[in-house]
Amino acid sequence: MDLRLEAVGHHYGDLEVLSEIDLAIPAGKIVCIVGPSGCGKSTLLRLIGGLEQPTTGQIVQIGTPPTDSINPLTYVFQDFALLPWRTVEGNISLVLEDHRMPSARVTEIIANVLARTKLTEFAKAYPKQLSGGMKQRVAIARALAVKPAILLMDEPLSALDSQTRELLMDDLVGLWTRDPFTSVYVTHNLNEAVRLGHSIVVLSRRPGRIREIVDVTIPLGERELGDPELERQQKHLWNLMRDEALAADKELLNV
Amino acid sequence: MSEIRQDSTRKTVDFRGGGFAPQSRKWVGIVVFVVLIGFIELGTRTGFITNLTLPIPSDVFATFVDLWQSGLLWKHLLPSIMRLIVGASIGVSLGIGIGILIGLFSLIRAGLVPLVAAIFPIPKIALLPLFVIWFGIDETSKYALIAFGTFTPTVVATYGAVDNVDRSLIRMGQSFSLSWFSIVRKIVLPGAMPGILSGLRISLAIAIILLVAAEMLGAEFGIGAYILEAGSLYDLERLFVGVTILSILGVFVSLGIGVIEKRLLNWRV
Ligand SMILES: Nc1ncnc2c1ncn2[C@@H]1O[C@H](COP(=O)(O)OP(=O)(O)O)[C@@H](O)[C@H]1O
Ligand SMILES: [Mg+2]
Repeated sequence: MDLRLEAVGHHYGDLEVLSEIDLAIPAGKIVCIVGPSGCGKSTLLRLIGGLEQPTTGQIVQIGTPPTDSINPLTYVFQDFALLPWRTVEGNISLVLEDHRMPSARVTEIIANVLARTKLTEFAKAYPKQLSGGMKQRVAIARALAVKPAILLMDEPLSALDSQTRELLMDDLVGLWTRDPFTSVYVTHNLNEAVRLGHSIVVLSRRPGRIREIVDVTIPLGERELGDPELERQQKHLWNLMRDEALAADKELLNV
Repeated sequence: MSEIRQDSTRKTVDFRGGGFAPQSRKWVGIVVFVVLIGFIELGTRTGFITNLTLPIPSDVFATFVDLWQSGLLWKHLLPSIMRLIVGASIGVSLGIGIGILIGLFSLIRAGLVPLVAAIFPIPKIALLPLFVIWFGIDETSKYALIAFGTFTPTVVATYGAVDNVDRSLIRMGQSFSLSWFSIVRKIVLPGAMPGILSGLRISLAIAIILLVAAEMLGAEFGIGAYILEAGSLYDLERLFVGVTILSILGVFVSLGIGVIEKRLLNWRV
């Protein structure tokens, strides 16, 4: 299933947040969205996932999601959004319980996603017992459990320290290499963008418009930390963003 | 690495990070009790405290043992506990139910919050004569008074707790297409539970106060009736026995809620 954004724009009251966004999200690719803070990245992701309705334009699905997809558009949130009163297992079963599956099937799915995210031994742990990186792995496992056609990730690694971030990036690359998924990945971290994105959409400051779309052709699995080509791309992105970020920073001071 | 000078004076760094960290010291509470009662015992026995001011604690204890052995203790306590349970159950369950509705539906909120705000500050004891007219002098008016008194604080605590449930968790539920009912049952209710339970502590303390008030106005048996009778005879020993029983009742209620909190809220950090 592909997604296409057609002239999408959004207002909050008088505040124009997004303007004229045209974007294709092809199946099996990771599209990264970068931009200065406050430019509407999270808003765009909420529009894509149907948590909010765009003021203008439309978001269309092309093709149907695979029949085994339980929740075609699935989020991974920056703050993990785990239920503290449920165990790791319980948090995953939460999103399966409404679907009247035989319990053996639920157990099987949970075991499968826990194994894929290397969480098997933590099945009975509560979120308060886990580190930030582990919590985000649980959130990713929960998202995988509903077999999403498109994963919508809003700064999933931003709450983590840089070592954990590296490890989780490797995990995401590993997951994608074994079983390519489609994803819209919002970040303000350009390094994450060049490591994970097949294409990188640079948004301008508010109201967010597409400034440029950068394609990264190196296969995901071969992108090493410190690769000169990636460094070059990252630098290019930074040049695009620097002025926007500066201006956006000043704007916030004027509010 | 540069060398550290050897010749100057040496001094360990002063510690200044102490205090401001609550620690569990359960025995201190018991010590305060024992010292206080010991002091009163001493004072009343030596005459330093006149026996018109306070009864001798050991006499109060003896009176309590008498009450127990005569079987009258249960005759008074059981109806009181019954009234407490029935009245508080009605008030608390209605309160939680309506509190949740207020928390979930803006229309109900707009309609009921002003009403709740209007009846919250009324001293419910003032309405007891009215309840007696409506429900008669027997048990029903007592249930009604306790139910009404526990209802308002429970409503306020519950809708406050529902308001405070982390919105990002609700949004997460929606993003996984959970049904409305699932979101309420699996996200909103457990998320509101800490607030509801701390409201329950207040409601049940109020329930005990109202229980005594209701029993003072018209009851043959019950802790309130027992205290009233002792008071009118100026029997300080029995008066204090009654008051102590109420305190103990309060402690047990609070312990009970503590146990429920431990079981339901063990997920809390
Ligand atoms: N629900 C909302 N109501 C009003 N304004 C909002 C709302 N959500 C976001 N905004 C505003 O929209 C702008 C873009 O927000 P957001 O999409 O969160 O930016 P980003 O994720 O790129 O940092 C910000 O200025 C923010 O204050
Ligand atoms: Mg954001």
